[in-house]
Amino acid sequence: MSGESVVLKLKTWRDLPIGGIIPEPKTSLHNKTGNWRAMKPILDNGKCIKCLLCWIHCPEPAILRGDDDSVRIDYDYCKGCGICANVCPVHAIEMKLEV
Amino acid sequence: MRGKLVGMNGDRAVAYAVKQADVDVISAYPITPQTIIVETLAEYVNNGELDAAFIPVESEHSALSAAVGASLSGARVFTATSSQGLALMYEILWIAAGLRTTIVMAIGNRALSPNINIHCSHDDAYAARDTGWLQFFAENVQEAYDLTLMAFRISEDHRVLFPSIVNLDGFILTHALEGLYVLEDSDVKAFLPKKEPVNPVDPGKPMTYGALDLFDWYMEHRRQQYASLESARPIIKEVFEEYSNLTGRKYSPVKSFNTEGAEVAVMILGSSAGTARYVARKLAEKGKKIGVISLTQYRPFPAKELREAIKDASVVAVMDRSVSFGSPGAQLFMDVSATLIRSKVRPLLFNVIYGLGGRDLTPAHIEKVVDLAESVMRRGEAPEEPVWVGVRGDEL
Amino acid sequence: MSELKFVKTLKEIPRAEHFAPGHRLCAGCGIPQVVRMALKAVPNPKVVVNATGCLEVSTTVFPYTSWGVPWIHVAFENAAAVASGIEAAFKILSKKYGKQKPKVIVFAGDGGTFDIGFQALSGALERGHDMIYICYDNEAYMNTGIQRSGATPKGASTTTSPAGRVIPGKLERKKNLIEIAIAHGIPYAATMNPAFPVDMYNKLVKAASVSGPVVLHYFTPCPTGWYFDPSKSIEIARLAVQTRIWPLYEYENSRVRITVPVKEPKPIEDYFKLQGRFRHLLEPQNRWLLEEIKRDVEENWNRLLKLASQ
Repeated sequence: MSGESVVLKLKTWRDLPIGGIIPEPKTSLHNKTGNWRAMKPILDNGKCIKCLLCWIHCPEPAILRGDDDSVRIDYDYCKGCGICANVCPVHAIEMKLEV
Repeated sequence: MRGKLVGMNGDRAVAYAVKQADVDVISAYPITPQTIIVETLAEYVNNGELDAAFIPVESEHSALSAAVGASLSGARVFTATSSQGLALMYEILWIAAGLRTTIVMAIGNRALSPNINIHCSHDDAYAARDTGWLQFFAENVQEAYDLTLMAFRISEDHRVLFPSIVNLDGFILTHALEGLYVLEDSDVKAFLPKKEPVNPVDPGKPMTYGALDLFDWYMEHRRQQYASLESARPIIKEVFEEYSNLTGRKYSPVKSFNTEGAEVAVMILGSSAGTARYVARKLAEKGKKIGVISLTQYRPFPAKELREAIKDASVVAVMDRSVSFGSPGAQLFMDVSATLIRSKVRPLLFNVIYGLGGRDLTPAHIEKVVDLAESVMRRGEAPEEPVWVGVRGDEL
Repeated sequence: MSELKFVKTLKEIPRAEHFAPGHRLCAGCGIPQVVRMALKAVPNPKVVVNATGCLEVSTTVFPYTSWGVPWIHVAFENAAAVASGIEAAFKILSKKYGKQKPKVIVFAGDGGTFDIGFQALSGALERGHDMIYICYDNEAYMNTGIQRSGATPKGASTTTSPAGRVIPGKLERKKNLIEIAIAHGIPYAATMNPAFPVDMYNKLVKAASVSGPVVLHYFTPCPTGWYFDPSKSIEIARLAVQTRIWPLYEYENSRVRITVPVKEPKPIEDYFKLQGRFRHLLEPQNRWLLEEIKRDVEENWNRLLKLASQ
């Protein structure tokens, strides 16, 4: 998401859109929740069978699904819950301590 | 007078105005004495006279909640309630105003329980005074009709965008048959064109309504809402003037009668203002000058105009059809007190409580209030506590 | 209903996301899965109404919203009423001015559905508004700190039904939301569970195709309120189905159909031992309550079988 957003421009009450609305969709993309993480999922692409279980079960969503159904972890938002590692039928994702 | 003369009770007059406003959604729950309004509207809809959705909700809370959803979706929306119904809506009143909906709601003013009573008091309307709604008080059936039309126009004005309450005294106006002039549909259409919503719910332009604020933005949102409501004042006046020119019926935020040079003034809202003027006229014949001040616009409170109306008075009897338990006076009294405390004009004020639960306010009662006001003027001291008129046990 | 786009595998589920990350729901929360899925399965245009609750507070912290569709929150108990107003408004605006009518989706928690929002929901169902009402049920008031609700299951320890020395957690049964919904004569209702995403997706597709009110009851694992490791969210959700605690079924055209049959149920203890809220039930002095819960689960399942065979 580009920096051109109402989120970054609001300074005083005079700047606010009326009615308390947020006039743009998906501005939470500016709120990177990756820093919540204590454990970090590490994906072994060699083992991945592209079953998409991690993709569908991710609560963020922080698993990015490629055109070929390969997956990638979006560490900007991943909170390290470990669901992906837990549901992976081939143990292609390992949770490691965030350093 | 523009339009044609018809006979209607206050509820039917409001419903007729809502029909002429070509409202899109009506969401309502029955409660006496407003019921005739929504019954009449349901008839209009079911007979094909009004192309609107009538949502027969299961409570007043849902009535206003559905109204909020419909208003945000771009519809022109109406609801009506009274007393306990308004109390049940209370939570949503704040939200309807804060989200800047343009709902118009008629309140058939009625006393709150206990004990249960279906007749007129103003404590239902007063309880909504801090919520951010515009509030108007009708004095008669004609005004109930006129104010309903003006309320849509004012609320939907892009320089306003706040919901409106039109108050009409329960039974005294809701059920009283009076003659009134109604406008031609074409005149209403010209005065009140189709609603042009601002930031409506639109899947093509997704927005988030009613987000979470916490401590980092809540205060800014409230500050902005406060400023917006303040800036609505001149627009209300503008619409009043335009409507006055259209109909020949004069509307202004404050209604003053005989206040020029009058040392004693009576201030009163709703249908009783007529009684007060009747008494003032009678006393004028005897050479006694009594001013009568009434408010058409209650919120935002027309402080500046009120100061102007009150400037010649030495004593003002502020009459409230309500109680505010534990307060230094009832609601209108507190509003007037706060208005005058910043003024160079500082008449003595005292509070009169009258007419609760439909108790009749007679000309004799008002004469007693005037007598009391004169004695206050002579003594130079006002009663500490509100004075009750028409109640067993207290005699003025 | 042959034209409906049912799926057999996850690969057929659309890629597009209408719900963005950066929200503040707890790690391992079970709510976003149903949100993502509903926004994928229900075709555009659509509008979301959200009752006060975890989902609402965590996804719209001003000025950060996770929503890619119009989203409206008014209060706690009135989501179904707000949705009624939106639906009625678009219907009349479409008739009068040709405006396109979106599908209205409601998300409300169990408190906002079973308890405080019960009346508004019942009213909306009775009036027949065209909406998909999704109750995300994490079985207590999680947003305010894990207080018991009408959806909290028997035996669960919450902050207002703590497992004490005399009273070992909540002693009352959970309301049966789907049967209550069905009693309104609505066209479609179903239960859903995140561990069964294909089943969930297809139910949402069906819900979107129906005209009239739909109630979907979604099982929402809550690591914070149920006291389990966030990574076990889906595992616990699956166990709820496998133990017959959370049967997956649907109601359509006056018929009940079990969509995920459970021939040989797993022991309820397998489900309980993973969660702090139930752990006291495995202590000997609370055996009576555990047995009572087992009887309840069996009774519910048999009742469902009976309904499904009608």
